[in-house]
Amino acid sequence: MNLLEVRNLKTYFSTTKGMLKAVDDVSFRLESGQALGLVGESGCGKTTSALSIARLLPKEGRIEGGEIFLDGHDVLLDSESELRKRRWRDVSIIFQGAMNALNPVLTVGEQIAEAIVLHERLSKEEALKKSQELLDLVEIPRERYKRYPHEFSGGMKQRAMIAMALACDPKLIIGDEPTTALDVMIQAQILNLLERLRRERSMGMILITHDLSILGETCDHIAVMYAGKIVETGTVTDIFEHARHPYTDRLIRCFPNIHGKKAIPEGIEGYPPNLLDPPAGCRFHPRCEYAFDRCRVEEPVTRHVGGEHTVACHLVEETR
Amino acid sequence: MNQQKDAIVSVEDLRVHFEVRQGFFSAFSKKEPPVVRAVDGVTLSVGRGEILSLVGESGSGKTTVGKAILQLVPPTTGTVSFDGAPVPQDRQGLHAFRQCAQMIFQDPYQSLNPRHYISDIVAEPLDVAGIDLSADVRDARVREALEQAGLTPADDYLYRYPYELSGGQRQRVVIAGALILKPKFIVADEPVSMLDASIRTGILKLMLRLRDEQDIAYLFITHDLSLAWLISDRIAIMYLGKIMEIGAAEEIIKRGLHPYTQALMAVMPVPGQVREGGRTVLEGETPNAAIRIEGCKFSGRCPRAFDRCRKEEPELVEVAPGHSVACFLV
Ligand SMILES: Nc1ncnc2c1ncn2[C@@H]1O[C@H](COP(=O)(O)OP(=O)(O)OP(=O)(O)O)[C@@H](O)[C@H]1O
Ligand SMILES: Nc1ncnc2c1ncn2[C@@H]1O[C@H](COP(=O)(O)OP(=O)(O)OP(=O)(O)O)[C@@H](O)[C@H]1O
Ligand code: SF4
Ligand SMILES: [Mg+2]
Ligand SMILES: [Mg+2]
Repeated sequence: MNLLEVRNLKTYFSTTKGMLKAVDDVSFRLESGQALGLVGESGCGKTTSALSIARLLPKEGRIEGGEIFLDGHDVLLDSESELRKRRWRDVSIIFQGAMNALNPVLTVGEQIAEAIVLHERLSKEEALKKSQELLDLVEIPRERYKRYPHEFSGGMKQRAMIAMALACDPKLIIGDEPTTALDVMIQAQILNLLERLRRERSMGMILITHDLSILGETCDHIAVMYAGKIVETGTVTDIFEHARHPYTDRLIRCFPNIHGKKAIPEGIEGYPPNLLDPPAGCRFHPRCEYAFDRCRVEEPVTRHVGGEHTVACHLVEETR
Repeated sequence: MNQQKDAIVSVEDLRVHFEVRQGFFSAFSKKEPPVVRAVDGVTLSVGRGEILSLVGESGSGKTTVGKAILQLVPPTTGTVSFDGAPVPQDRQGLHAFRQCAQMIFQDPYQSLNPRHYISDIVAEPLDVAGIDLSADVRDARVREALEQAGLTPADDYLYRYPYELSGGQRQRVVIAGALILKPKFIVADEPVSMLDASIRTGILKLMLRLRDEQDIAYLFITHDLSLAWLISDRIAIMYLGKIMEIGAAEEIIKRGLHPYTQALMAVMPVPGQVREGGRTVLEGETPNAAIRIEGCKFSGRCPRAFDRCRKEEPELVEVAPGHSVACFLV
């Protein structure tokens, strides 16, 4: 069954320079217990997608269209009070750089306990006890709950954030660049941890990153985003071995493969477009080596190209 | 040992120990005065036009090595030589040295003054170095540096502010500022780690081109082994203030011998690789550099450590020409 279904989501920001279409007609889904990688260059709308799902958008951001179903429940119909009740039980997000958001004057245990009492009727003692169990879960010695954030390393703070995100047993956990600021070794530890927790608790997970190279080991499916649109989705194998969209193909080739031939990757010429005034037709066309006339005027539709593999590019003819 | 004849920079037994304010670390170090051994006996050299990568986890002392070479932090012991002679310590000598050796910092978002025009930012090193040029010559130097950094035509960039540029363009501005004094050596501290992979290439190619055309040597600091492999001639692997292994880039990546090098290799993400059964990951984290460690600095986390490793510190020993390893097993 689908844990999450996002259909034609449009999330726009009103800015002094006009309407910025950060997420523009995006659809994807996720089955329970599965992990989806959401990948794309900076500014393509990954965080905005996550914030839309959790209904945590800042006030200048608005969902202008589409539907989001979580566990069969229409998230966009929730009132503020319903939202508050469901938040953290349905979805919780581990934010980019969240570890720096810990409150320096409270112990880590107190902060986790605080998150728990917000959502559960527990006494302070019970919550503190539960915070220790959560620390166990993220492999931090439980007696550390009495410690302050500055006594934690970056990797441990990130684990504490994960513990907090798990406080209410969410069905879906979204990691927004959860390892970006961390070392390779700590990154591997955190990814292993998330992987284990996801399996043990059969949570759904969305892993947001601009580092495509970590997704093969962590995710079942990948959605590639470009300039507010999803350009290709599929299984890890679909994407890495049978990429059909020129952007996906170029993006993959940006990452060096230490087991392959030594050559500086080609990169992608140019920069992603300004979302206040995105190019007509296919948004990738100014950077696409295959672009032809049609790409400059007509927006490609998303086509199924076999199995769960979908692509939005004029080069791809429908295979059904 | 690892010192080449034609070195532009060489470092001999460099140590940088920071004294830490009492109180802060007193929680776990009762006996000794708290000292952070950020760099604890590093010997290396960079040849003319060579790129040496310094790879290691956060806190291993990479930035401190770079800063100590550039005399931005005082070494506790050890010598830094430039062009065959110890870096002079008098004002004039230091001044001259600083024109030949530059640093590029990690964050293109923070290292540029938001209220200054790009032209002023790029020219700033000239002012700092006290180089007095006529307005025309100065302007020509700025344009030249911008164009060398790939910001062409320079006119398009001179009178813009940093916020009007993309991350990749900003990093090119930083590089232009480093180039304006025509250095022979650049410490590049994580120059692309804040950038999208899609625009890293441009910066890496730029650095290589400058090396080829102007014979600039680099100390390239990164925690990403695959980047180090791509760009450098040699790689030095650092752990807790010490070099664990150093050698030709290909050699380190394909036949790295130190258990720490091997551990780093094991967690390198490979695009597209579906790894069954998870990664082999070292447990725990790099210990704090304020804790004194007996024996091999890596012994506490090394999967192959034995008794001797915990008592005695292994020296960096040459195991093949140009390839040295600090481990009793090798
Ligand atoms: N509060 C806001 N007001 C106006 N525009 C915004 C706001 N937040 C984000 N945007 C814009 O929306 C677009 C998508 O931003 P978003 O943060 O979702 O990107 P992202 O893919 O998460 O990027 P990154 O990898 O850099 O985190 C960008 O163009 C961004 O500038
Ligand atoms: N000015 C200072 N005072 C006290 N300790 C310092 C100072 N600068 C660095 N350190 C400590 O020295 C050690 C090495 O730091 P350094 O910044 O050189 O590491 P690094 O390898 O560059 O790490 P990163 O990858 O995080 O940049 C760390 O433990 C750090 O906390
Ligand atoms: S639709 Fe055209 S421009 Fe867009 S990716 Fe496909 S070929 Fe390139
Ligand atoms: Mg983001
Ligand atoms: Mg550093």
